[in-house]
This record gives sequence, C-alpha cells and structure tokens, in this order.
Amino acid sequence: MDWFNSQAAEVNPENIRLLRRDMVDKPVIYIGAGTCGLGAGAAETERAAHQWLSNQGIDAEIVKVGCIGLCAYEPLLDVQMPGFNRVSFGNVSAADVDAILKEVIALNIPKEKVLFQFRNNSRSWDNIPFIDQHSYFQPQQRIVLKNCGLINPESIEEYISRDGYMALKKVLKNQSAEQVCEDIVSSGLRGRGGGGFPTGVKWRFARKTEADQKYLICNADEGDPGAFMDRAVIEGDPHRLLEGMAIAAYAIGATKAIVYIRAEYPLAIHRLKIAIEDAKAYGFLGENIFNSGFNLEIKIKKGAGAFVCGEETAMIGSIEGRRGMPRPRPPFPAVSGLHQKPTIINNVETLSNIPEIILHGQEWFSAIGTEKSKGTKVFALSGKIKLTGLVEVPMGMSIRSVIFDIAGGIMNDKKFKAVQIGGPSGGCITEVNLDTPIDYESIIEKGAMMGSGGLVVMDEDTCMVDVAKFFMDFIQRESCGKCIPCREGTKRMLDILESITNRPINESQYEALERIKGVMQLEKLANVIKDTSLCGLGQTAPNPVLSTIRWFREEYEEHIFDRKCRAGVCTNLRHFTIDVDACTGCTVCAKKCPVDAIIGSKKEPHFIIDDKCIACGTCLEVCKFNAISVS
Amino acid sequence: MKALNQVFTNYKDASPDDLIPILQDIQAQEGYLSEASVREVSSFLHLPASRIFGVATFYNQFRFTPTGKYHISVCRGTACHVLGSATVLEELEKKLKIKAGNTSRDGLFSIEVVACIGACGLAPVISINGEFHAKVDRNAIHRIIDEIIAKNAENEDNK
Repeated sequence: MDWFNSQAAEVNPENIRLLRRDMVDKPVIYIGAGTCGLGAGAAETERAAHQWLSNQGIDAEIVKVGCIGLCAYEPLLDVQMPGFNRVSFGNVSAADVDAILKEVIALNIPKEKVLFQFRNNSRSWDNIPFIDQHSYFQPQQRIVLKNCGLINPESIEEYISRDGYMALKKVLKNQSAEQVCEDIVSSGLRGRGGGGFPTGVKWRFARKTEADQKYLICNADEGDPGAFMDRAVIEGDPHRLLEGMAIAAYAIGATKAIVYIRAEYPLAIHRLKIAIEDAKAYGFLGENIFNSGFNLEIKIKKGAGAFVCGEETAMIGSIEGRRGMPRPRPPFPAVSGLHQKPTIINNVETLSNIPEIILHGQEWFSAIGTEKSKGTKVFALSGKIKLTGLVEVPMGMSIRSVIFDIAGGIMNDKKFKAVQIGGPSGGCITEVNLDTPIDYESIIEKGAMMGSGGLVVMDEDTCMVDVAKFFMDFIQRESCGKCIPCREGTKRMLDILESITNRPINESQYEALERIKGVMQLEKLANVIKDTSLCGLGQTAPNPVLSTIRWFREEYEEHIFDRKCRAGVCTNLRHFTIDVDACTGCTVCAKKCPVDAIIGSKKEPHFIIDDKCIACGTCLEVCKFNAISVS
Repeated sequence: MKALNQVFTNYKDASPDDLIPILQDIQAQEGYLSEASVREVSSFLHLPASRIFGVATFYNQFRFTPTGKYHISVCRGTACHVLGSATVLEELEKKLKIKAGNTSRDGLFSIEVVACIGACGLAPVISINGEFHAKVDRNAIHRIIDEIIAKNAENEDNK
C-alpha cells in the first residue's frame, strides 16, 4: 500500500480485510441510515439496538450505512456474526430489535423479517437466499451503487478497502489527461442527468480550450420531483463521487471544483463535507495529489431551491450569486462558463461511473448496455408500486422488467396504467410500450425521455389529466420568467387544464365552448413553447401534457364532454346527491353550502341543484346521517 | 445588527459569489430575511439592496417572514402527489387554519410547500423541523399535530 501517503495510517492486508468486513471479530450490526431509513424510523431502531446491547453486556459494533436501495423495507437492520455471512432484516422497528438480536446472537435466524444474506466468504446460513438470488437484486448490475448500503459512508478507510481512490492513483501515475478523455470517449459514457451528451466529448472541448483557470461543477441539484438517486449515492458512497470528480478535473485541467447540491439534502451535505475533509487529510484532494503535481480544491455550494438551476447556464448564474436564469448558448460553458472560464458540468451519477471505468477499462464498460447507450442506469422507483427504492440496471433492459420483475408490480395488485419517466421534462410510458428497452433513443421515440431516472408508477386510480396539471403547475411556478413562451405559455396551459378539471360557478354554455376551444389550442400552444423557449426547461415543459394527450386522449375527452373523472381524482367533477330516505332535514348542509345549492324545508329531505354545485364537498363533511353520496 | 457580524466573519474577501451562501447562513440563524439584514448584506458586499432582493425573491428557499416554532414542509413531488399529498396539504391547512407559506397567529406553526424532499419511497412525506413523517394521511396529520400541541403545552406548563 505504498500509495498511502505518510500522513495516513499504515494499512496492511489484514486490516483491509477487516475494513471490508469479510471477517469480523465481534458481532456487527448495520443500520440503513439514509434519509429514507431515518424517515422510516432508523434512528429509533438504532437506539433500541444500542440499548439492547448495553443491557445484555454484549460487545458489538453498530455501523450506520447508506441506502442499499430497498426503501420499501426500511428501516433495514443487518447483523454479521463472527464467522458467518451478514444477514439482512427488513421493516425492523424499534420494537422488533430485541427479538431479532436475541435470536441472531444465539445463532438462530428468525424467519419472519429476514430478507437475504450477503456473500462474505464466511459460513452461510441455511435456507436463506443470497442477495444475488433475491428478486429485487438479481437482475441488477451495480456500478454506481456498488458500495451503497454496504459501507459506512463516513469512513474513508472503508471506501479505500474496496479499491477506493485506486482509479485516481492509476490515472495520475500512468495516464495523460488527453488519454483519460479519450478513454471516456471510447467507453461510450453519456451524461446521466437527462440529455445524454457523451461525457468524454464534452471533456475534450474543455480540455482543448486554453485558459488560465478551468472549473468542474458537479450537478447535485436533483430538482426533478420523483428522483432521489443522487441523494442516495452521496449519502451512501460520497467518496466515489469525489474520486470521479478528481479524475474529471484532471482530465479537463481544472483545479477548482464545486458540488452544487440541493439545500433540501442536509444529510448528503453533511456526509459530503466529512468526505472532503477526510480525502484532504489523506492527500487525495488538495495540493500535489499522489506527488503528480495535480492540485484540486472541492467546494460545496448549496442550491437555494430553483428547479431551473439544473440547467447549466442558470446554475452558473446561481453560483455567481445572481438569479438563476439561463442564457443563450453558444458560447457553451465548456468554452466560457463560470466567471467566463471553461467549465464542465457533470451529473453525480455520471461522475460516479468514472472510477469503475478507469479501473476496469473502457472495453469492460462499453460491453454493458446497448449499441448507443452504454453502462447502467440508476432508477428511483416510486408511486404505486410494491417495492419502492433504487435500482441500477444495465441499459437495454425493458421497463416492464424493472417494474414487474424487480419491483414486484403494482401496489395492492391494481391495474398498471402508466409510468412517468423523466420528471417534468419527460412523459408517460403506457402498457403497450412497456417492453421498450431502456436507452436514450428508444425512450425519446415513445414521447418521453430518460431524464435523471425517476420512475413514478401510476395505477388505475391515477387521473392522467391531473398528472399533467400537476406537472404544469410545477413548471409554471419554476419557470424563471426570462422568456415569454415559457413564462406565459405554461401559465396558459395550466389555465386550460384547470378549466377542464374544475366546475365553474354558474356554468354557462359559453364556458363549455371556451373550454373546448382551449383544449383544441393546447397542442398548438405546446408546440410553440417547445420551439421557441430559450432553455431546456421551457423546451421540454409541454412534454407531460403532450404525452398524456397522446396516450390518454379518451380521458381528456371524458373530462371535457362528460365532465367525468374516471379515477375519481378530480374532486371538482364529483356529483353529489342526497339520499331522501336518510336525510332528516336537519338543514345543516343547506346552511353550510357556500353557493346555496341545497334547498329543502326543515324536517323534509333536501335536494342539491346540480348546476349550482361547485363540488366542494362541504355537505358531505357536515352531514351526520350519511345521507350524501358521491359519484 | 451585531448578530450578523458573526455570519460575515466567515466570509473574508467576500465577493458577489458569496451572496447566496451569506443569505442562507442568515436565514439559518434568524429564521428569515428581514429588510434590515438585507441592508446589512448590501453594505457588506457593496451590492445594491435591490439586487439582493432580486436574487432572494427568485429562490424558493428564502423567506421574508418569520417561521413558526414548528415549521412544516409538505412534499409536493410527483410520487407524493400520486399518493395523495394534495389531500394531506388541504387537511393540514384546514387543521391549522393557515395557508401554505403562512405562519399561524400564535407563531406555533408555519406551512411550506417544497418541490421534493427526495424521500419518494416513503411518500407522502412531511417534515416538521427537519424530522420526517412518512406515509402520512388525513388521520396521521391530526395525530401528529395534536401530539405537538400537547407536547408544547406541557413544556409551557413546566416553565
């Protein structure tokens, strides 16, 4: 281990094995302590484990690990007994801890909550599947998420013990910066943030631009609602990102790097800070890294909550302390970016792929995936799906396999309706397109886009018009306001969508006509916004609407003509009726109705005037006799 | 405005680049950005106050009114929306009798809508003073808020 600088602790192979926890000399308890885990109660679980150990007087180690990706089973608790494989339990609340630990310490595995065992080259437990046999993990290929959930993210030694910073060393000792760019070009790696631009080509641009200062920015401003892969990577394995950044900075010739991260991710920021300090102490960041003469300083900048700052030029504006508004390109940031210097902006997942590509070679990487999309992609599964969480699959796998084989299908065995991919810039993939292979081009062909990798699954109880409205509302609020098509156009689109999901007071014939006219204009308006907006946010803003119109036209028509929402989501389209037998004539509903749509005399059954009703639901809430029914 | 000097000491050789981090630090310390603190920043960075307000109002993170003692963030991400966060927000607004973005009169609660907390696996999620509550529904809202009110009353009594 000659590459450990003098200030670092001496690490011999024995210690490496201990750090890798291939073998342990006392029981080790692992607790999944990512944001998901903590939200599900991992802190209480940890406290209970501490309590139990000290009550029993057992000498054991508790390790807080990042997220392994099985959010549905959080809080996760793993136990590794000396000489045995690590075994994982799911949904372990504080109350379950005593029973589980008691059994496992006595070398019994309680069957109830056990999920799988790891392969630690130790004695395996009988009748418990290995992690690679578990249906959730078996189809996955983990490159970026390799260490997530396995190692303590706050320990640089544990990362090093798993070949950490070896790639950086290899690059700095043996490869020229040009060579690194070319290797990444031939690996076929493409940006994982959405656009899918070849990473190496981008690097080459910046490499070739002469400048006294160049910058590398890591885009960790994961603004897409429904995406949380970057958070999980930083929370679970922050050094992988730092190593990737160091290699990228070397390749383009940058000596200053910035991680632009969402302020909504306090835990990720905390762990990243620790990681940067540790990497500096070990000499992997800072001055003269590995005696190569290469210097790198990494700073953290917290985003302030603006979706548009995911756009490169807007992000640069935000870092410079201005409003995050995009500017026209060219010049591209690779030529003139932060402080007018060449700047490369890469996404967290892109950068986290770099160390493995360098270690295993570009041929290894380009052998994974499809012809044009190489490697793997991390997806965040959420919505109405059985197993929510993070998965990393090779490109080319069908969306159907991800949803049905890995994540177990739809919650409560309802019928699948669509999966939203790509967040507010993306679109829907429906039943007929479920076999689409995951690669950049195929997904665009179906009217969606890869985006950053959020997959929100929807079932028959989801209203697609409502989903379109939700995204339009989001985009319209997040539009920076610089160019008119996006600022005004998205507002109009939202108005139109609202007009078809609301019941106006005193609906006249005119309004029905206006509504239909508006919807006829919706597609036209969407195309104008697409063609004329300045930045990616505006150009892709109408996608959720266009995609839902394309695949769910009949739902739109039902909303417009029949004033009906088949999923029952658009509450303003509900019809209320009073059951004459149940109504006692207490007059409460008539008094509470905000538009005086309920008539009837005291102690006589009441009646709702449908044309006046605005479907607010007040009568339903106040009725004590269950006399009001909704359809 | 002596309190802000502490923030400013962390920014030697400050440039306009540091504007957003400074505002973030002030908000972390004071809870919101008052007009006075914006003026302080203005003279510290030698930037017009109008420019600082321009930047601050652009970003969702910055607030110009104090938050409640219990600041509730309601996640309105896609996954949360699909699983009913609109109802959660509505119920919360009804329960606390304030709208999102406002603070209750007694200064106890404030509600904020955030784009996505990034805990989509636990949707719908709300976070109260940074503590997450997963898979909330109408009933959970009442339980959580009632618990806080009870706990707060107890603390007040003990004082």
